[in-house]
Amino acid sequence: MTCCAPSVEFVDVAADRRRAKNDEILLASHDLGESLRQTNLSVPTIHCGGCIQKIEKVLDALPGVEQARVNLSTKRVTIRWRADGTPPPLIEALSRIGYEAHLHDAITDSKDDTVAKLARALAVAGFAASNIMLLSVSIWSGAEPETRDLFHWISALIALPAVAYCGRIFFGSAWQSLRHGQSNMDVPISIGVLLAVGLSMYETFSRGPHAYFDASITLLFFLLIGRTLDHMMREKARAAVKGLARLTARGALILQPDGSHNYLPLSEIKPGMTILLTAGERVPVDCRVLKGQSDVDCSLVSGESIPQTIGAGSLLQAGTLNLTGPLTVTVTAAAKDSFLAEMIQMMEAAESGRSTYRRIADRASRLYAPVVHIAAAATFIGWVAATGDVHRALIIAIAVLIITCPCALGLAVPMVQVVAARRLFEKGIMLKDGGALERLAEIETVVFDKTGTLTLGAPRLVDGSAIAPDALELAAAIASHSQHPYSRALVAAHQGPVRPSPSMSTVSEYPGSGLEARIGATVHRLGRPEWALAEGEALQSVSGMPTIALSKDGRCLATFQFVDRLRPGVREAFGVLAEDGFAVEIVSGDREDPVRQLASTLGVPHYSAMSPTDKAAHIASMAASGRKVLMVGDGLNDAPALVAAHASMAPASAADVGRNAADLVFLRESLLSVLHAVTVARNSRRLARENLFIAVGYNAIAMPVAILGYVTPLIAAVAMSLSSLIVVANALRLGDCRRKNQRKGISRTSSLRSSEFALEGGK
Amino acid sequence: MTDFFYLIPVALALGAVGLAAFLWSLKSGQYEDLDGAAARILSNEDDTPIVKVRRFKSSSEIGDETAKN
Repeated sequence: MTCCAPSVEFVDVAADRRRAKNDEILLASHDLGESLRQTNLSVPTIHCGGCIQKIEKVLDALPGVEQARVNLSTKRVTIRWRADGTPPPLIEALSRIGYEAHLHDAITDSKDDTVAKLARALAVAGFAASNIMLLSVSIWSGAEPETRDLFHWISALIALPAVAYCGRIFFGSAWQSLRHGQSNMDVPISIGVLLAVGLSMYETFSRGPHAYFDASITLLFFLLIGRTLDHMMREKARAAVKGLARLTARGALILQPDGSHNYLPLSEIKPGMTILLTAGERVPVDCRVLKGQSDVDCSLVSGESIPQTIGAGSLLQAGTLNLTGPLTVTVTAAAKDSFLAEMIQMMEAAESGRSTYRRIADRASRLYAPVVHIAAAATFIGWVAATGDVHRALIIAIAVLIITCPCALGLAVPMVQVVAARRLFEKGIMLKDGGALERLAEIETVVFDKTGTLTLGAPRLVDGSAIAPDALELAAAIASHSQHPYSRALVAAHQGPVRPSPSMSTVSEYPGSGLEARIGATVHRLGRPEWALAEGEALQSVSGMPTIALSKDGRCLATFQFVDRLRPGVREAFGVLAEDGFAVEIVSGDREDPVRQLASTLGVPHYSAMSPTDKAAHIASMAASGRKVLMVGDGLNDAPALVAAHASMAPASAADVGRNAADLVFLRESLLSVLHAVTVARNSRRLARENLFIAVGYNAIAMPVAILGYVTPLIAAVAMSLSSLIVVANALRLGDCRRKNQRKGISRTSSLRSSEFALEGGK
Repeated sequence: MTDFFYLIPVALALGAVGLAAFLWSLKSGQYEDLDGAAARILSNEDDTPIVKVRRFKSSSEIGDETAKN
């Protein structure tokens, strides 16, 4: 239990811990066959070519490593090693050269092949579009009828397989939505493309003058560009989120009845088993303490900011962090029945309770498709009535469909979202889904969790300057022997190096109480006042804040008080949010006192001691009364609320489940990320609407021309390309307004107001 | 008319070669790490990309790979 004079049992556990680490590497690796295994590590600090060389050199030199390869884009290292021995000390080797690495699960790394599929389709569409366009230009510049027919045939030969290959993506999705009795953007696109190809085939057979092969394949090409970019951006954001360190245990060191130890994966841990938990380890499953004393940090699970002292008999929830002492615990629930599983069930319930959101583009197409299709039908009937020429009427009606084919409409929203996702990515905010951006633009209420979201979950010493420097230095020297959050805060508060007093012979940690240091014959204690101070020694101040005392032979030398450190940017973010008319609330699982204290300094309403169910219910009731809520939270207990909310954000330090549930994850420490995200979302909504407006305006001009029968393939190609280009150019303005902000000297932490203003000014 | 007989197939073939080259490069994982590729060009070391798992399983290729290393 002591840290400088470790007991025999402690050494034993440390050795087992090393073995457990190896077993963990083994668990996270996958078999390649031929006695080779592959491990993926996430190394967030890789940033240049030098890092690549250093890391690969060090890892390649390790015994057993076959090949190590750094991926700079995803900040991962892939290592192949021979499975005959123990896993090579990969993480230790990297930490020696200054790179912090953590295991990356092979399963979560399974690459989504949609991007590759889209890229292949894009390449084929590009090839077909360029060749057909080449032939079409010859036709437009006045080819002889025989040549024209030949070129039509060649175009058909290229276009048919290309449309079949590239169009699958659109046809499939359109068919899916039609089968469910709905309509999405892909329905008018598919109808347009198929009709254009069908009409062109007819014209080719009947040696007609106009074929629209170029229009249909170019349309697919443009749309595929938008989709591919969209997917690439989201894939990048997801990869960044997946690369974050895992905050749940992969397994645990089990003490077998015969006294031996082995490391088992989470899925094989059963109730009744005995687990050895070392200090600094996360509790893998719900369990009860058999032996040992420690402090546990529940902030990620319950939102409680003050570490809890636990001893034999205490119940621990999966996901809490064991801080100070080794524990022997007995498992009370398997992983699938643990607290985490309960949260996941609640998340599913919240998910099904939430109304499905229809994307802007789908809503637009629901209005758009009937108008266009009715117009085409009316054109057909009109021309038949006027001229009696059914063939000509059909061609003109299809030309109406082709020219109004929603090329611009199909690009209007995705292009804006690509630019927005890129902008957010640059600011360290990962957008996982384009629909989330639209939902984020609609929110009017922001609900924050406290611990870990508004605060960093790391305590800070209050009023350090009022404490006698000698006392602080002594306290810091003693505290440097412990990993307890308060100890770290003391070391951090003492500026300058901590000089361990040479006469300080032993420092022992008493989990749940504090630290004891012997200097000569005197005993210094640093810890909870009841323990550190002799009886009768009065505590100087009681303010509700957690207090620890430093004593010399039971006499009080100093007391230290701590508050949870605020995330940077909290005040500024709250100020701007309030100013812009958002309703802001704090909903926390923590006790009343700390929540009220924080809420009153920020001037917002608060709810404390909320259980995960309460939180989700609170959000759901606000949603039921028509309020659109953005939930920002990090804990396991916030996960159901994140799902229940209209839009959700989580910091990078959030629990794994929360990170996966949230629409956006911000990697930077500052809470201003929330503001940035809302600003970008609002700006992009404005641009998306403008784009839709442009697309509709284009149709308003093009449709009469088509109805009157003046559209030739040349006009169609020019009009469609032009409208697409305008829409893309407009989307790029989202990147532009940032540059304007910088030029104007508005800081990067610009408020909603200032950047909206900049956008207005740019018009 | 006879010009078409040569020129059109040649034009299409050139396009098809470009397409095939792109599809090959996509499949062989050359777009997996674009930032890394930019940095690696300055390095003097020999480095071989990590081979796709599926291909790696054939024993002859593992022999090749170890020989190279």
